[in-house]
Amino acid sequence: MSGNGRTKLVLGYGTCGIAAGAAAVKEALEREVSAGGYDLDLDIAGCMGFCFREPIVEVFYPDGKSVVYGDLNPKKVPQLLQAAASGEVLEDWVVRRSDDTAAGEGDFLANQHRIVLRNCGNINPESIDEYIAVGGYEAARKALTNMTPEEVIDEVSRSGLRGRGGAGFPTGTKWGFARKARGDQKYLVCNADEGDPGAFMDRSVLEGDPHAVIEGMIIAGYAIGATQGYIYCRAEYPLALKRLEIAITACRERGFLGERIFGTDWNFDIKIKKGAGAFVCGEETALIASIEGKRGMPRPRPPFPANEGLWGKPTNINNVETLAAVSWIIANGGDKYAELGTEKSKGTKVFCLAGKVRRSGLAEVPMGYTLRQVIFDVGGGVREGKEFKAVQLGGPSGGCLPASLLDTPVDYEAITATGAIMGSGGMIVADSSTCMVDLARYFLSFTQAESCGKCVPCRLGTKRMLEILTRICEGKGEPEDLERLEVLAADIKAASLCALGGTAPNPVLTTLKYFRNEYEDHIFNRKCTAGVCPALITVKINQDICTGCGACARICPVEAISGEKKEPHSIDPDTCIRCKLCLSRCPEEAIYAE
Amino acid sequence: MTNSIDDLEKAECILVIGSNTTEGHPIVGLRIKKAVMKNDCRLIVAEPRHIRLCYYADQWLRHRPGTDVALLNGMMNVILSEGLADEEFIRERTEGFEEFRKVVEQYPPERAAEICGVEAEEIRRAARTFARASSAAIVYAMGITQHTTGVDNVLSLANLAMLTGNLGKEGAGVNPLRGQNNVQGACDMGALPNVFTGYQPVSDPQVRKKFEKAWGVDYLPGNPGLTIMEMVDAVLRGEVKVLYIMGENPLLSDPDIRHLKEALEKVDFLVVQDIFLTETARYADVVLPAASFAEKEGTFTNTDRRVQRVRKAVEPPGEAREDSWIIAQVASRLGYEMGDVSAPAVMEEIASLTPSYAGISYRRLEELGELRWPCPSPDHPGTPILHVDKFTRGKGRFSPVEYKPPAEEPDADYPLVLTTGRLLHHYHTGSMTRRVKPLNELVPENRVWMNPEDAKRLGVAAGEEVAVESRRGAIRVRARVTEKVPPGVVFIPFHFGESPANALTNPALDPVAKIPEYKVASVRIVTGEAMESLEYVTV
Amino acid sequence: MEQVRLNIDGVDVVTTPDRTILEAAREAGIRIPSLCYDQRMDPFGACRICIVEVEGARGLLPACATRVTDGMVVRTNTEELRRIRRTIVELLLSDHPRDCMTCESAGNCELQDLAYEYGVKETRFPGEEHHYEALADNPLIERDYTKCVLCGRCIRICREVQGVGVYDFVNRGFEAVPGTPYNRPLTETPCEFCGQCVSTCPTGAIISIPSKGKGRPWQVEKVRTTCPYCGCGCQIDLHVRDGEIIEVSSPVMVGPGQGNLCVKGRYGYAFVHHPDRLTTPLVRKDGELVPASWEEALGMVAERIRGAMDDKGPDAVAFLSSARCTNEENYLLQKLARAVVGTNNVDHCARL
Repeated sequence: MSGNGRTKLVLGYGTCGIAAGAAAVKEALEREVSAGGYDLDLDIAGCMGFCFREPIVEVFYPDGKSVVYGDLNPKKVPQLLQAAASGEVLEDWVVRRSDDTAAGEGDFLANQHRIVLRNCGNINPESIDEYIAVGGYEAARKALTNMTPEEVIDEVSRSGLRGRGGAGFPTGTKWGFARKARGDQKYLVCNADEGDPGAFMDRSVLEGDPHAVIEGMIIAGYAIGATQGYIYCRAEYPLALKRLEIAITACRERGFLGERIFGTDWNFDIKIKKGAGAFVCGEETALIASIEGKRGMPRPRPPFPANEGLWGKPTNINNVETLAAVSWIIANGGDKYAELGTEKSKGTKVFCLAGKVRRSGLAEVPMGYTLRQVIFDVGGGVREGKEFKAVQLGGPSGGCLPASLLDTPVDYEAITATGAIMGSGGMIVADSSTCMVDLARYFLSFTQAESCGKCVPCRLGTKRMLEILTRICEGKGEPEDLERLEVLAADIKAASLCALGGTAPNPVLTTLKYFRNEYEDHIFNRKCTAGVCPALITVKINQDICTGCGACARICPVEAISGEKKEPHSIDPDTCIRCKLCLSRCPEEAIYAE
Repeated sequence: MTNSIDDLEKAECILVIGSNTTEGHPIVGLRIKKAVMKNDCRLIVAEPRHIRLCYYADQWLRHRPGTDVALLNGMMNVILSEGLADEEFIRERTEGFEEFRKVVEQYPPERAAEICGVEAEEIRRAARTFARASSAAIVYAMGITQHTTGVDNVLSLANLAMLTGNLGKEGAGVNPLRGQNNVQGACDMGALPNVFTGYQPVSDPQVRKKFEKAWGVDYLPGNPGLTIMEMVDAVLRGEVKVLYIMGENPLLSDPDIRHLKEALEKVDFLVVQDIFLTETARYADVVLPAASFAEKEGTFTNTDRRVQRVRKAVEPPGEAREDSWIIAQVASRLGYEMGDVSAPAVMEEIASLTPSYAGISYRRLEELGELRWPCPSPDHPGTPILHVDKFTRGKGRFSPVEYKPPAEEPDADYPLVLTTGRLLHHYHTGSMTRRVKPLNELVPENRVWMNPEDAKRLGVAAGEEVAVESRRGAIRVRARVTEKVPPGVVFIPFHFGESPANALTNPALDPVAKIPEYKVASVRIVTGEAMESLEYVTV
Repeated sequence: MEQVRLNIDGVDVVTTPDRTILEAAREAGIRIPSLCYDQRMDPFGACRICIVEVEGARGLLPACATRVTDGMVVRTNTEELRRIRRTIVELLLSDHPRDCMTCESAGNCELQDLAYEYGVKETRFPGEEHHYEALADNPLIERDYTKCVLCGRCIRICREVQGVGVYDFVNRGFEAVPGTPYNRPLTETPCEFCGQCVSTCPTGAIISIPSKGKGRPWQVEKVRTTCPYCGCGCQIDLHVRDGEIIEVSSPVMVGPGQGNLCVKGRYGYAFVHHPDRLTTPLVRKDGELVPASWEEALGMVAERIRGAMDDKGPDAVAFLSSARCTNEENYLLQKLARAVVGTNNVDHCARL
């Protein structure tokens, strides 16, 4: 954005950028701009989605064009500033050019359709004015001043929006329940307890566009009749929390939160409640217990929170992404949103691309896109040109799908039919170097550790499944183990109290379904084809290639590698612990696992 | 209790006054807690000590010991002046309202506050909470009755209930909690000097005639007998020569131990019939070994008038025998044959002579488990709530009650108020619970509770042994320094024979009910060398 | 209250909408197995043993926590349900000592009953097991979490019924276990030693120390009686073995206590067998109380009463009756005073 005829540099300053070094870049930018006397504006923004190229800076020129540069560091800053000031484009650093989608990684954004992420990376999330400048809070004003609550619910129903937290329940219907529920006090809760490994879209939205979520909450609160909102956000998101606090304070100052908001008779305010790092608190009833100060444990439903929720009052809980979409829907109309997507899954969905994909980052695409489009067209396919093996959809509660299902469209029903789930939208790509048994074991170890321990199937069932998987990975699998896994998986799914247990077996069930041969290899042939499971591999040095440089011997933590200088080395299999450190160290790629 | 224990859960507001319910009546305490936790009942606790129920209370009124009438009159003054009274109930169901109103008008909350030490605004709030509830129950225990103004206190509570229409319906009522398993039954059975069973007056010739006929005697006395405190005095005057005590340990439970000890020493002949050689039994001329509750058949009547079975589980030890057998043997030796004294037969006799028990029989109890009196006929289901359509006497009578100070007030010599009561882990004089090892391990000895302010002023450290002295005597006991008692007040449980609280209490009686003032006495704390010169009361 | 009609296992059941499926089924005589359920507390839905199939519902539902609705069709005992229940029992047994032979709760253990009902002799899913040290940090209640099935009943009864909340779960997942704040001994918590946790524990994880090793459920005779302490009148069962009371329990949902007791009611029974009990009449001779025969003692009593009556009239005799004796005994004593001696000098400690 550059409205004043000056060139403006906007630094991606989300957690991903900061983790990649954006703080140092920011410092360098500020220092060099004043030292060099540059006539340039500096600003920050949330994550644009190019997580794989952070730190990034977007340069906005007075003519409206912009260029995104990536992989920056303080050393590159003087050159960047010079170029920005002169209008020169540093082609080698380009991530994206607004005037040429073919340049850099331009197709990453070009293949997306951004509604939820509409402002992420484009505005300063700590400035309410920037949000207002792009039309922010007009939707809330419109809803509160021109629409009845029922009309708001109708509009959301018309959009076909479904809960983006994972379950995909129609948002309008859910609001309708809460609206109809009787109670002297109702609550609206924003579930920002994003906990899936590999999922970070909620964090990015809260960091990049907190006002969009708050605006969605104001609208939702009005629609259901809740005067008090809560944002339940995990404490591990300090930047998101900080930006939410700034945003809420700004809203109160503007009269968008508090009493008689937008000059109407309606009151609505928001409290932030920090979660303490329990994955299960993303589950509605556990989340409610946690806000109430109790141990975060789910309880049976019904009664549903819409009738008996927080403090026993009717409560509506929506996910961050859902609420961010709401303000767009009210501003642009439900029909417009419903133009996108499939018959039953409307609008867009944000995915977090991670794992062995070339471009890891945020991808918002219309529902109905195929997995192939998301992973290859947006994500750029598998890293290092390796072969695609599988994609884990929906995090630890989701499933692992093989290449043969890459043409599955992104649609709640279609994905569920494969045995995976849409979930919160994590997409973790695996290549040929991934062992599917190990992957299943990893995800199960996550859910098992995060089980609250309340119900028997989840507490003991996932533990026993994990023990079996661990045994298989250690080469101690028994022929009956596959059946045991299947029995446990089925009964845990059927009998668990909440969705954590109910979905925990999914990674195991899908890998058993699509990659059964890998399990059988582990059990019957004592073989890990991907060369991952330490107990089932031997690390060897190809005597024909080894130059005897000794790099492997120096890094080996157990001194299992020996050999004369300049002569091929060898590994003592009895001493080797299969840590594979030597593999990455060998300059000749002479070391391999089998 | 006018209402039942189960009924408490239905109350929208409960006023607990003079009852440390969770320790004295733990199971009733559970119901009150449940009403608060599950049913959003608003709990008002009026109690000088911080008791566990305070944690559940909407409001805790910490009034000074012995000022209940002032507090209640203050509340009723607010209810009247703010138009919160149940006028229809007053009109239809009560009488004496005008005289009552005149007295209550003299107690604006500011004046009540001055007497009872609770802020006027708090009195107003409590009054509004109680009066605005659609059903409000009053629960009280010995904290209300054990005063020289015990009857006044109870009448004030009755006034409050009538004023707000909280009698004869669910979730309401005036609910005294009886201190012992069968106090209710002992009263019902006529173990009182002025009434036969079912409160039939001995002064009524018709009633006497009925009993004379049933018992096969020519003459039954019509003049009321002596109450327990009067018996003691009569012994000391030489009028009572033989004292026969069944299952009581008055030496520890009666006020002013020294006085009672004198009587026990003086009486010509003392019979004690008990399961242990209690402190009292040590003074006896004859001790008769009785069977415990687990060794006999019978019934108890609990605090909500529920008649329930007692069943024999084990044999009495040695030659110990059921009390009924012993009584019949004594009667027989005095020339009266009681006949079949098996429990079902005796209950049959009770039912035949007692209108409120007329429908109670062992057959029905076996079948139903419990029956609540009044149960006037064999097909009557029992009465969970009293006074539903009318009071026993027709109209409920308001009683004008003026505040009267306790018999003994703190002064320069005895500057502290002593109040006594119970602990959860022990029971009454401890003859049973102190003999249960784990209970005695958990609470092995007595403590005098005092406020840190007083402890500091007196230089008493927590756990230090001090002497507590009143005009009646002195005891040694360790100090528990706690804010659970207010400054100026000390509390001593009465379960412990080694440091008997009742050596200190005041035997002043309520003029009507003859209840001693256990809850207010004046004492001082003596520490250090001065303790040596005191004479301690032992039992 | 309005009525709802539902069908459970082919049986038409009419009940009220405040009932859960489990309650409605039990009322209709259909037993649905359970483990974490105790009617004294709110449903918890943790053990999953009571899951049932409800037509039209998404997934299986816990019968304990699901309220009935009109027209509901419920199946409680399908092959799938039995299979799942069996798996759950096997999972529970995979982390539970198989020491029923010495376990205090054998014969009174809901896990043992489930294993019996579902014929689980061995678990198909052996694995890591917990071994906690048994905690006997007080004279009454012992906690051995090695036997805990994490039904949460102790936690809930302490919080919901007793209103105290001494326990909660600590740790998560497989490591979750009930505990006190900072694992302090019960004597350093607000514990009231009511033993409600003991009464609800379905296994041998929480037991009464005074009853340990004293007898098996099938070796005792339970005698229903009324508690001898305060005026609440709680119904209690005395567990008697060979003439000795070895335990006290309270029948659930019966009498004023509804199955709950206080520390005195549950643990205050040992005085009955205390060596201090009087076993013979005593008479004072030469200033000392010495054993005597009933004949001698009763004779002396009658003689002295007669003497006082003759000397000064019936009112020279006074009787103190007892608030701890039965109605019948109180009746007889006042009858003795009034009909036999001829005095109204009879009172008891109602005032004290």
